[in-house]
Amino acid sequence: MSENIATREAYGKALAELGGKNSDVVVLDADLAEATKTLYFKNAFPDRFFDCGIAEQNMISIAAGLAAAGKIPFASSFAMFAAGRAFEQVRNSVGYPHLNVKICATHAGITVGEDGATHQCLEDIALMRSIPGMTVINPSDAIQTRQAVFAAAEYDGPVYIRLGRLAVPVIYENGCSFKIGKGTVHKTGKNVAIISTGIMLSNALLAAAALSDCGIDASVIDMPTVKPLDTELVRSAAEQCGAIVTVEEHNVIGGLGGAVCEAVCGSCPVPVIRVGVMDTFGKSGKASELIDLFGLGVKDIVRAAKEGIDLKGRR
Amino acid sequence: MDQNEKTKLSLDATLIRKSIVTSVYNAKSGHPGGSLSAADLLCYLYFKEMRIDPENPKDPQRDRFVLSKGHAAPALYAALAQRGYFTHEEASTLRQKDSIFQGHPDMKHIPGVDMSTGSLGQGISAGCGMALVGKEKNFRVYVLLGDGECEEGQVWEAAMFASHYKLSNLCAMVDLNGLQIDGATANVMNSAPLDQKFASFGWNVLTIDAHDFDSIEYGFQKARECKDAPTMLICKSVKGKGVSYMENKVNWHGSAPGKEQYEEAIAELDNLYKSYKGEIK
Repeated sequence: MSENIATREAYGKALAELGGKNSDVVVLDADLAEATKTLYFKNAFPDRFFDCGIAEQNMISIAAGLAAAGKIPFASSFAMFAAGRAFEQVRNSVGYPHLNVKICATHAGITVGEDGATHQCLEDIALMRSIPGMTVINPSDAIQTRQAVFAAAEYDGPVYIRLGRLAVPVIYENGCSFKIGKGTVHKTGKNVAIISTGIMLSNALLAAAALSDCGIDASVIDMPTVKPLDTELVRSAAEQCGAIVTVEEHNVIGGLGGAVCEAVCGSCPVPVIRVGVMDTFGKSGKASELIDLFGLGVKDIVRAAKEGIDLKGRR
Repeated sequence: MDQNEKTKLSLDATLIRKSIVTSVYNAKSGHPGGSLSAADLLCYLYFKEMRIDPENPKDPQRDRFVLSKGHAAPALYAALAQRGYFTHEEASTLRQKDSIFQGHPDMKHIPGVDMSTGSLGQGISAGCGMALVGKEKNFRVYVLLGDGECEEGQVWEAAMFASHYKLSNLCAMVDLNGLQIDGATANVMNSAPLDQKFASFGWNVLTIDAHDFDSIEYGFQKARECKDAPTMLICKSVKGKGVSYMENKVNWHGSAPGKEQYEEAIAELDNLYKSYKGEIK
């Protein structure tokens, strides 16, 4: 865990690399190319880059038209606007006809930092995963982001990729495997399973190490694809550990926590403690301060793990 | 256009209108008013204007049509049926549980439908996306908007985009029938003058008569001649055109005729068909 890289940065570079390999890839942005990092693609392939101006709803439907005519459009904006403002365009123009549009939204979650609540999208996973046939990927680091971008381009259908602004630790090594719909087990334990999505993975791993120091043996699973969820892995973790902690930089309603609860409740119900933003809006501040303020820190995950184990004992 | 050709188109348009009325009657719901107002435009597009092949509806080189006012689906299905993509009998299963003919166009299941639409304002944007590809691959894109639809902000986002990217292979039309669900467009939300508004957004704008094939032909010809801007045809139309009791009546925006009304409409259209038939040389 030496160098910190933002997933948006990795996205921009991967997209430019992909552009060189696949001439059907086109990129759309809504006046945020510098922030979403689609700028790298724009500079390399100006003829295949279309700035839509500050008009995200139009951008998503334009992407739908491009896909209907055979292109592989990647459309980027901030998560708040790509998934939030343009939700109905994503649902009706992209989701309903199951068009091959990749929506890559940056600046998700409270780690946007100083811009505050209006720009800190905490609802996008919930919104996107409620659309039938939509794939939702929330990569945890720069390496996985690159793989997600290439996997999304290979897959024929709508994909939402959730990316962050903050530079975060690089956890994976080049060449590690990534498959849409599959989670990765980082550590196998028997007392509690910590399932994390997105850039919370580093805190989840640190929490597992801290738990180990107190004699608690925790599994750690990275779940980049929130939809379709790797339900097999979730259920086997539930059976193995008897308690689950979910960790996400998203509202605890409707995100990974909700998806995991849905997966276990019908087949192997176990306590699920959800670490995330507790159904509130974000606020301005430094990303690191906000992670602690909103209860997404290592100590919060540790506390949730102990709570889960307690609940398990009381059943 | 010579008279015989015009009469042939009128025959096709009349059968399209019969198909619209029949499918909406069978469904006991749907949007006859704005379907009938668009019937002649769709007839001209599918029989004269667009480079299409009903035998090869997914040809990547084909011209595209997007029905941005998706509630006029009965008109699109009727025009596609008349052109041979499927039968009128199939299209008349509109809105029924086991039918592919959804209440609004569904590109996944209906041959010849180039874009799923229904939520207003989105089709024109999708048309812009297609036109970007058409510039490279040499096909044209046609989009039909409602005048009420132009109250959606997204229409104007798309209008900016189309002129910014000089989408001269894009020809959009507004079916200017002057009525929307809650009443006259002028009273509900006055979007006039649409011609000046689109012109100020950088479009090549022409006003035509949506029920006169010479005027329609003129509009599409002028659209093809324009090489540096998208074209908007403001198509003056009559809501419910062809069924006298529906004409210019807002209540026929979204309601189906009863049995007697259906028979009256079919009798009127049959008479019209016979009179056109008599004109054919």
